[in-house]
Amino acid sequence: MKNLTEYKTGVKDGIPIFLGYLAVSFAFGIQACKIGLTAFQAGLMSFTNLTSTGQFASLTIIASCGTIGELAFSQLIINLRYLLMSCTLSQKLKASTPFYHRLLVAIGVTDEIFGVSITRDSQLSPFYIYGLTSSAITGWTSGTVIGVISGDFLPKNIISALGIAIYGMFIAIIIPKTKKEKSVLCVVISAMIMSCMMYYLPYLSEISSGFKIIIITIVISVIAAILFPVKEDSANEC
Amino acid sequence: MNVNIYIYIFIAAFVTYLIRLIPLTLIKKKIKNQFICSFLYYVPYATLAAMTFPAVLYSTSSPYSAILGFISAILLAYKGKSLILVACSACIIVFICEIILETFGLI
Repeated sequence: MKNLTEYKTGVKDGIPIFLGYLAVSFAFGIQACKIGLTAFQAGLMSFTNLTSTGQFASLTIIASCGTIGELAFSQLIINLRYLLMSCTLSQKLKASTPFYHRLLVAIGVTDEIFGVSITRDSQLSPFYIYGLTSSAITGWTSGTVIGVISGDFLPKNIISALGIAIYGMFIAIIIPKTKKEKSVLCVVISAMIMSCMMYYLPYLSEISSGFKIIIITIVISVIAAILFPVKEDSANEC
Repeated sequence: MNVNIYIYIFIAAFVTYLIRLIPLTLIKKKIKNQFICSFLYYVPYATLAAMTFPAVLYSTSSPYSAILGFISAILLAYKGKSLILVACSACIIVFICEIILETFGLI
């Protein structure tokens, strides 16, 4: 009975995540439609992956017919932050939490679910996280499917306008942090400059787009980590 | 390509799931290494920035409308507007800009 209450609280607390995901994944669906994925394929991808940045990078690699190794490596690097979140979450679960609960909790390790979970003071019930995850996955998957379907029948100029939506979201995620922290501003600007160089310069531009993102991410993040080490507390918030 | 898409999807899902799962089941202590923490902290920003620029310039029918949309998104995000508002405004700016460009035969 207590488990059911925890689950319901999780579903309720997950409603803002549901709405946010619905909008973001709509843009993802439009993008997926552009490169020729069906609603089922894109929906399946969202249902099984549940990661915005990672899925977007996957699309880039699928569109450029990249290799499986490239895809796996890009997911590893881009989603490496989940490793940190997962570490933090593991401390919030009771040490006696059985293995199968840990298997299921892992499905929901995303920026937003993590963000909501850690605001709770007490130890976390896996059922609370299941509630959050249910809301999140529903929003994420249905938004994707709606996006792909809309991509098929909406007029050309609306599709063109919606093409910028996902970048608008990325900007909305990045910019507020650059205001607060000079180090993040440096990271963003240098990543963009390096991305331009790899896009336009001869030889460099021949590298596939997936690997470009991996190279830029590693180089810039390593340099930033050396130049601007962060205190442990703020690192756990990301 | 169509057959491969499912392989792509499942490999991506598998790798992502393992990353989420391994610490939850194996590591019980916090990561103390400051370099690794800092590296992980900067990864999302570097990735998102690299994916945004210059790709955003080619995300619409014309680079001009894309630049306008991009700038307006930065301004709104700087003012602290919500994710959805920033994204929708960028779309509307692009839409209006392209109607104007079309009227003058520039697209």
